Amino acid sequence: MPPLLRCVAWLLFAFLYAPILVVVVFSFNTARFGASWQGFTLDWYRKLFANEIALDALRHTLILAIASTLVATAIGSLLGYALRRFTFTGRRLMIQLLHIPVFVPDIVMAVSLLLLFKFLRQWMGIFELGLHTMALAHITFQIPFVAIVVRARLAGLDPVLEEAAHDLGGDARQVFRHVTLPLMLPGIFAGALLAFTLSLDDFVVSFFTSGAGSVTLPILIYSSVKRGITPEINALSTILIVLSAAATVTVTLLQRRERP
Amino acid sequence: MSASDRTRVQRGEVITRRAELRRVVGTVAPGAGWLLVFFAIPLLLIVTVSFLSRGQYGTVEGPFTFENYRRLAGFGWLGFDPLYPIILLRSVTLGLVTTALAVLGGLPLAFFMARVGRRWKRIVIALVLIPFWTNLLVRTYAWQILLAPDGWLAAATTAAGLTTAGEALYPGALAVYACLVCDYLPFLVLPLYASVEKINWTLAEAARDLGANRWNVFRHAILPQIQPGLIAGSLLVFLPATGQFVIPDLLGGAKTTLLGNLVQQQFGPNLDWPFGSAIAVVSLVIVLVTLGLLARQHGSEEELA
Repeated sequence: MPPLLRCVAWLLFAFLYAPILVVVVFSFNTARFGASWQGFTLDWYRKLFANEIALDALRHTLILAIASTLVATAIGSLLGYALRRFTFTGRRLMIQLLHIPVFVPDIVMAVSLLLLFKFLRQWMGIFELGLHTMALAHITFQIPFVAIVVRARLAGLDPVLEEAAHDLGGDARQVFRHVTLPLMLPGIFAGALLAFTLSLDDFVVSFFTSGAGSVTLPILIYSSVKRGITPEINALSTILIVLSAAATVTVTLLQRRERP
Repeated sequence: MSASDRTRVQRGEVITRRAELRRVVGTVAPGAGWLLVFFAIPLLLIVTVSFLSRGQYGTVEGPFTFENYRRLAGFGWLGFDPLYPIILLRSVTLGLVTTALAVLGGLPLAFFMARVGRRWKRIVIALVLIPFWTNLLVRTYAWQILLAPDGWLAAATTAAGLTTAGEALYPGALAVYACLVCDYLPFLVLPLYASVEKINWTLAEAARDLGANRWNVFRHAILPQIQPGLIAGSLLVFLPATGQFVIPDLLGGAKTTLLGNLVQQQFGPNLDWPFGSAIAVVSLVIVLVTLGLLARQHGSEEELA
């Protein structure tokens, strides 16, 4: 490899990691204000774990991510399966349309859902903004991702296997339960993982569809940062960084075991 | 017996047309129905509201009007004011420049990832995936610390005589660009890397043997092979970048207001939902036109996946 390429690549990695490292480093900084290093402390983590608002936000984030992922994975997997398995009119169009939600800017999806919820509230008195409206919104942006991932992973699934199961006398239910579903599981798992991270990461859609009592971690971080960065927020962000790094490493290790 | 009841053999299974149709509907309907109610209808709603006007207390009122779009085009009730056309142009320019910068950084990074040894490959991929999965908001506000007046970067620019001591390097366009490229670089690198990994290098060798210089080898033997990844990655940078509102909000001043910020202002403090909807519709049109042009050029849906 040319030394110049190696050099440029490591500089780019430094650029990618500078913001992440600075947050981690300053979460251990004694100084309450400013960006100069004063000394090592764990105080901000102690304060964070005693902070009711932050703990509530963590709870909301997890409830929202788990609930929306479960629903979106079920619905999205079915859709992904159908788009690979069956041939029907409008299938190609549907596959193309499925990419639109992926590329539509968050803010457009956010305000359009805000409008929907507002009108439903005016006409029917339902959909007061809160965790449930946020869940509906999250499921909406998760479904296309899950369907696309499941459909892509099904490409490697040999239709002969299902055919053989039928020939051996399995009825439709048995074939699905014992042949199709086990073969789909890695794809479903990958889709679910993606959906879960998208939900954890989302700020814009959550911000517009949340109510007063449904603050999630990204919303809490945003409103705190608007008032000024505190070491406590750095500590909270560090926990998020460690979680996503741990998830990435786990998935990498799992993949290594899958393909020896 | 009607045609729809006729049985046939599908993948080793004897099934009627009607039963098969039931299966298709059963698997497609939940997803399609959900996206219809919570994605398509809300988009139609903002299109509709964008043709209405703001009532006295921020309510939405008739009659049907083009006023919001006229205002967006610069023709307000105070005469021509280029503020909104400038913001529109700025958003698209910012998206394009960010994409260009990300491609400039993404190319060496993707080639580096493809060429490291087998032992290092997983580690290097994980090194790109970690920022990819790290909360964008966290990676954004971190730049406020990096560019703070008493930070290392400010000290360096002061030492170089570019800034005076105690001056922060944000808010400003430079901070917005640095953060945008940093935030979106992984989104470009990952699909690009997938393409680079699949390059058939014998083509490059053949081009070299036939006397092509380095640029021509890249232009004619490499570039066509990595085009799908390059396009997918560029879309993943350009489209979200034009709709950004958090990055200019935290790192930019009034001179870096984008379409995303405008939408947020109209739906937030200004309570002018019809005007906000019109701006959202314009962002949506930018996305659909970009996707449509690419779909026409490349035809296959797989390239976008």
